[in-house]
Amino acid sequence: MGLRSGLPPIAEMESEPALERRVAKSLWRGLRKNPLGIIGLATVIFFILVALLAPQLAPYNPTLVHLSDRLLPPSRAHPFGTDGVGLDVFSRVIWGARIDLTSAVLVVVVAGSVGTAVGMSAGWFGGWWDEVLMRVTDVFLAFPGLILAMAISAVLKPDLNNALLAISVTWWPTYARLGRGATLTLRSLEFVEAARSEGATTSTIMRRHLLPNAIAPLLIQATLDLGSVILVAAGLSFIGFGAQPPTPEWGVMVSDGQTYLMTQWWIATFPAMAIFLLVIAFNLVGDTLRDLLDPRLRR
Amino acid sequence: MSIAHYALRRIALMIFVLFGVTLITFGVTHVVPVDPVLALVGDHAPESLVQQVRKEFGLDKPLPVQYVVYIDNVLHGNLGISIADQQPVSSDLAQYLPATIELATAAIVVAIVVGLPAGILSALYRNRWPDQIVRILSLGGVSLPVFFTALVFLAIFYVKLGWLPGPGQLGTYTPAPPRITGMVVVDSLFSGDWAALVDGLRHLFLPAVVLGWSSAAIIARMTRGSLLEVLGADSVRTARAKGLHERRVVMRHAVRNALIPTVTVMGLAYGGLLQGAVLTETIFSWPGIGRYATISAINVDVPAVMGVTLVAALIYSVVNLIVDLVYAYLDPRIRFS
Repeated sequence: MGLRSGLPPIAEMESEPALERRVAKSLWRGLRKNPLGIIGLATVIFFILVALLAPQLAPYNPTLVHLSDRLLPPSRAHPFGTDGVGLDVFSRVIWGARIDLTSAVLVVVVAGSVGTAVGMSAGWFGGWWDEVLMRVTDVFLAFPGLILAMAISAVLKPDLNNALLAISVTWWPTYARLGRGATLTLRSLEFVEAARSEGATTSTIMRRHLLPNAIAPLLIQATLDLGSVILVAAGLSFIGFGAQPPTPEWGVMVSDGQTYLMTQWWIATFPAMAIFLLVIAFNLVGDTLRDLLDPRLRR
Repeated sequence: MSIAHYALRRIALMIFVLFGVTLITFGVTHVVPVDPVLALVGDHAPESLVQQVRKEFGLDKPLPVQYVVYIDNVLHGNLGISIADQQPVSSDLAQYLPATIELATAAIVVAIVVGLPAGILSALYRNRWPDQIVRILSLGGVSLPVFFTALVFLAIFYVKLGWLPGPGQLGTYTPAPPRITGMVVVDSLFSGDWAALVDGLRHLFLPAVVLGWSSAAIIARMTRGSLLEVLGADSVRTARAKGLHERRVVMRHAVRNALIPTVTVMGLAYGGLLQGAVLTETIFSWPGIGRYATISAINVDVPAVMGVTLVAALIYSVVNLIVDLVYAYLDPRIRFS
């Protein structure tokens, strides 16, 4: 029996779109058997819709102060009550979805693409280039992310954009390691060799062959990271190094509500629950993706 | 590769990484829009004084020279002068670091004591209700914002029920034990001060639980995963085939092997706790380096923040080194790859 006995002859291999359709189909089948994954995905979609439709959904202006409506408990007019300056907590939580989701996506996209590019080029070219890039990665991994982010944000002037920049600076190394690992494994495989011998350029091989095959671990990491970034960004805002009041950002809102926690519990609790639900949803989706995409766990 | 050889290589690598870290802390300190000299002498100081201080700190020299001076200073334990309290950053850190180590250690103890049994239970009852409960609790641990759990725990156990004391390391009426290590619990143990010991432990409990929860979650998941893998391995099958009692199979053969990857996670978690301490310490008024970092960052006290960053990176790297060496000792395959 030959080595390739388990695989169909090359001529019979599926075309790329057909393969993609099959993968998507099997993913969907796997997802349907995983109720927690479905709940997670539905929650994420729900929050995306809330973020997109914030102007339509929010009954009040999230930053327009109404001192006469201070500290009202949840009611029909204000489902989540009002805060210390009379802002409607419900409207602010809705707008917060937009800010917190966008923040997380921005950081993960920036850190993910920079890190992946660094890692793939290190793994592909190898030698001293690999050595240099990976040592730089090690340096950034050694940093206490939150403290460095706090320092950068403080030095540049504390606001949301600087905080996101600072978080991205501390976040890319994980992707560099993943991208390098995947590239190293794939580089020696037959189909990459074949593409190379056919004279494909490096960038074509990376885009057409390496990235699509390395995408699974990166995608899992990115999904889980969306949750972690929300926690870190909200944490930075909570201690004053991210979004500034009266921005309707969930961390800022929890911070605003902390002095009222014993008497007006709703001010901090609703935004905190929003963070919790969205983060748990990303974790559920990430876990499910890992179960479905990681062949070692597929039993 | 012998273990000594491996250790030397890892140490050389760590020194290189720490040099890289100083390059970045130096970079951040020198691109600051805030002029450290003006911050020190004030905006209205005469030009001659500004120039004099600038010279004193070597800030009139070219950047590479300044970097060499900076490295020389760092190697001699001189991390600069804090702008906020005019004290050497190194003595500030010596003052605040023990409290953070005390808190992080208590948190990792909580995490191991809770996470390890939870993970084992989870693996043994895979997909049955104990596993589901552990899964829900660990999802909560990694998904709840720590700054909110801290607030809620304080509100419930301190304000509402009064079972536990509020923020700080000791109550107002408890005299602090003589400072030996700087860790209240350890110091009161050394000096036989039982009142301070009890009060210190009660103060330590809530922040340690809040901080340790997410690490407990990570340890539980890791233990579950690696135990399930090991339970399917040949050695375990052999032990079962020999007719050994199931409990003995699990404890002697499976858990011991499953612990190897868990050790790594514990080390990483400990490093992570140092920065998780930023939020927890700020809320619990815990006088550690996390709270010091927050206060310094608010004051744009750059030397102080960079001092904390450097020390935290050093601790993290050393913990990582120890973890790697322990791992290499436990699992010889690592040394050869």
